[in-house]
Amino acid sequence: MSLLEIQNLSVSFGPEAQPFKAVDGLTLSVQQGEVTGIVGESGSGKSVTMMAIMGLLESQGRITADRLRFAGQDLLSMSARERRKITGKSMSMVFQDPMASLNPSYTVGYQIMEVLKVHLGLRGSALRARALALLELVEIPAAASRLQAYPHQLSGGMSQRVAIAIAIACNPTLLIADEPTTALDVTIQAQIMDLLVSLQKTQNMALVLITHDLAVVAEVAQHVTVMYAGQAVEMGKVPDMFRHPQHPYTQALLKAIPEHNKGEIRLSTLPGMVPGQYDRPTGCLVAPRCAYAADRCRQQRPELTLTDLGAVRCFYPISSLETP
Amino acid sequence: MINAGTGNEAVEATQTFTYPSPFRAFWSGFSANRGAVIGLAFMLLVLFCALFAPLLGLHDPIEQFRDASLLPPAWYLEGTWTYPLGTDEVGRDLLSRLCFGARVSLLVGLCAVLMSLIPGVALGLAAGFFPKVTGKLIMRAMDIMMALPALLLAVAIMSILGQGIINAMIAIAIVALPGYVRLVRASVSMELGRDYVIASRMNGAGLLRLMFLTVLPNCLAPLIVHATLSFSSAILEVAALGFLGFGVQPPTAEWGTMLAAARDYMDRAWWVVTLPGVTILLSVLAINLIGDGLRDTLDPKLKRVA
Amino acid sequence: MFWYFLKKLILVIPTFIGVSFASFALIHMMPGDPVEIMAGERGLDAAQHAEILKSLGLDLPMHVQYGHYLLSIFRLDLGNSLVTHEPVVNEFAKLFPATLELATAAMILAILFGLSAGIIAAVKRGSVFDHGVMSLSLAGYSMPIFWWGLMLIMYFSVYLGWTPVTGRISLDFDIMPHTGFMLVDSWLAEAADPAGNAGAFRDALRHLILPAVVLGTIPMAVIARMTRSSMLEVLGEEYVRTARARGLSPWRVIVIHALRNALIPVITVVGLQVGTLMGGAVMTETIFSWPGIGKWIIEAVGRRDYPVVQDGILIVATLVIVTNILVDVLYGVINPRIRHER
Repeated sequence: MSLLEIQNLSVSFGPEAQPFKAVDGLTLSVQQGEVTGIVGESGSGKSVTMMAIMGLLESQGRITADRLRFAGQDLLSMSARERRKITGKSMSMVFQDPMASLNPSYTVGYQIMEVLKVHLGLRGSALRARALALLELVEIPAAASRLQAYPHQLSGGMSQRVAIAIAIACNPTLLIADEPTTALDVTIQAQIMDLLVSLQKTQNMALVLITHDLAVVAEVAQHVTVMYAGQAVEMGKVPDMFRHPQHPYTQALLKAIPEHNKGEIRLSTLPGMVPGQYDRPTGCLVAPRCAYAADRCRQQRPELTLTDLGAVRCFYPISSLETP
Repeated sequence: MINAGTGNEAVEATQTFTYPSPFRAFWSGFSANRGAVIGLAFMLLVLFCALFAPLLGLHDPIEQFRDASLLPPAWYLEGTWTYPLGTDEVGRDLLSRLCFGARVSLLVGLCAVLMSLIPGVALGLAAGFFPKVTGKLIMRAMDIMMALPALLLAVAIMSILGQGIINAMIAIAIVALPGYVRLVRASVSMELGRDYVIASRMNGAGLLRLMFLTVLPNCLAPLIVHATLSFSSAILEVAALGFLGFGVQPPTAEWGTMLAAARDYMDRAWWVVTLPGVTILLSVLAINLIGDGLRDTLDPKLKRVA
Repeated sequence: MFWYFLKKLILVIPTFIGVSFASFALIHMMPGDPVEIMAGERGLDAAQHAEILKSLGLDLPMHVQYGHYLLSIFRLDLGNSLVTHEPVVNEFAKLFPATLELATAAMILAILFGLSAGIIAAVKRGSVFDHGVMSLSLAGYSMPIFWWGLMLIMYFSVYLGWTPVTGRISLDFDIMPHTGFMLVDSWLAEAADPAGNAGAFRDALRHLILPAVVLGTIPMAVIARMTRSSMLEVLGEEYVRTARARGLSPWRVIVIHALRNALIPVITVVGLQVGTLMGGAVMTETIFSWPGIGKWIIEAVGRRDYPVVQDGILIVATLVIVTNILVDVLYGVINPRIRHER
């Protein structure tokens, strides 16, 4: 049984008459102890998906799905109170900007211990000991003194470590990391990524990594989903998908990685932008930017079709074309 | 609309943009705020009554109709339409006194705002452009002025200057001055660090040009909002001074003085107490609504939480 | 923390001196011959005039006079009232508790209702409650406080007869002014003489409630608005979303995570309201014949009791300055970022 089962998830915003589908018919499974990457440009709907799973969208978005289960429990029919027992405990999230994610008026220690108190009921010396252990687990030096520190007294990398500590405090089975390194210095990014990976292994968590950095996903994940404008356009396994991308979009993304452009005069780029609310084309959403677009692509929307390598949403997946 | 045609054309969309004129842009934002529009409509009504009061065929506001004193408004049994809103304790027509009182309130409000705005902007600019000595001195002086509650300071100034409408204007203007200076100085300080000011300086802009043409126009938004709100404060203050007996002297009709005299007749003639106060409340409310609307429209940087 | 407070105190000394200079200048700018005013008599001949001038020290140069004035402030000797011939400080000490009691009651009401209304309006944004709070608070700070007082008196005292019109306590009771705070004194009096002073405390309360509501209306409105807008801003912050992501209950998110940060700007506003309260006290005390320093100063202006005016202004200004310092310090306590910057 999958740890997290998402089937046909859609999230809409705006008026009922003219809804904006930020996520459209996404189907995804995350297995216990595995790392899944969700890749896409800004506006692809990758963050919204996970926010919907965590129940953080509140009244703003309308969530519909055929199935939304976590550890066998149905998330859709759960009451808010039951949901809160899972959120932050068995399923937790690390956000992009650690400086903004931590409450500036409370010490680091308070924020860690709060989660431990609320979810695990720890008290007194056991509480403090566990908080200390968590800080050491995320490799923060001089952990004891950090407990009294305020978030603004810590650097970006340190703050993110604290945020990770809070997220894993109750030994979650699923950790969602939404662009955890994007807001950090380049030198720190690798460190935090390594930390996440090692924690994932030692705590035996499933990790969902949301990112726009394909290179990281290639290194770290076992499964990948590529999203575009709210839809999954390709799903596959690492490293197969990177060696043989099926969707033209995936191929273009791979081509745009600087390391793949060695010796070229110009970096390969993908023209155009992800369509916003008002310029969603009829037909395939990628068609306006696709080098291989044919008439059929502009008129009909392709469905997600399963292949032996995963799934792809394209009328003319690359392996079916004569020229690569 | 971006035409979703063949791949490359999608990027080169042919669109012509027509930008609306500043006034139209302002009005479309302002008029979206219903409260602000209602406030504006009400104030236009008050302005009309104030401007055309002598021509409206009303009774003379200081003429006393002794045999018609303390008459209730027209919709009561004892009232009459000759005096639509009733009369006060010496038989003066309430409606005409309210209309003529509007003249006082609006005039004082306008003059007080102008008398504090102009020096306030000048001092604020000076404090912002010369922060080391001049600025510190000016701000210190403002701190001293702000240490005293507005009403007490106004009363103290009035006790020096004497009573009357012009002195009331001066007192209210002095009380409002520190607010303007602080506001302008804060705006100016913020703008001075911006690149466009440095660029102007490098291009050789002189001091006056920098002050009035480069920096000041960008500080206008909060200034306009503040001016509107201080206009409503001025109306409240002149009424307060009138109520305490310091401002406008009888028999001139002024909303606050009307209330002071009416105090003794609370139990018998509610209209003498209620109506002038309601007029003050509605006028101030209307102006505050306009001010809120201006704030929402003029300064998009201000966090919109309504 | 102590050094922070001390530093603030020192910074304010120039302002205080400025205020003392202003109040000194005030009396010398008032119309009328200072000798006649100070001496309280008119029609003096030249010799008497010169003598009184000398005895009052008014023949000395201005800056010397100012120096004497400053010194006398530090000795807490502020002269005598021209009307009662009592030392100003004594009269002030008698009347100040009344104003303090009124202002405190008004502030408590304002904070209690203003904060709660603002928080609930923010949490239930766009609801009927929210619109109601916004409209009422707008009306609240648009209204002339003296008229509002009169209206409430008309309705509750004259029409309904629930509350008395003026004063702090009914004349039936004989209250010993132990503390000057009527609520305390009436409680003590009732305890001391249960039979004779039955219902004294309740009576004091009935006298206090209407003026407190009137005085507290504007601060209540301002606090409600400020709290609402601050809360809305904070509720949109990322750390609130993160708090929800940690599975914390809505109560915990709002009260512990959001409110703590939302209160920071509200504290400043509350502090500023003290100045408004002092100004509003003037009006409220006048309408309700509440024997406090606001009414005292206004009457002194009318009666040309210049020492009282001069010193009354100085005292009120000092109170406002001190309150601002306290608010600054409190702000530093609440907001850790400021604390560590200084």
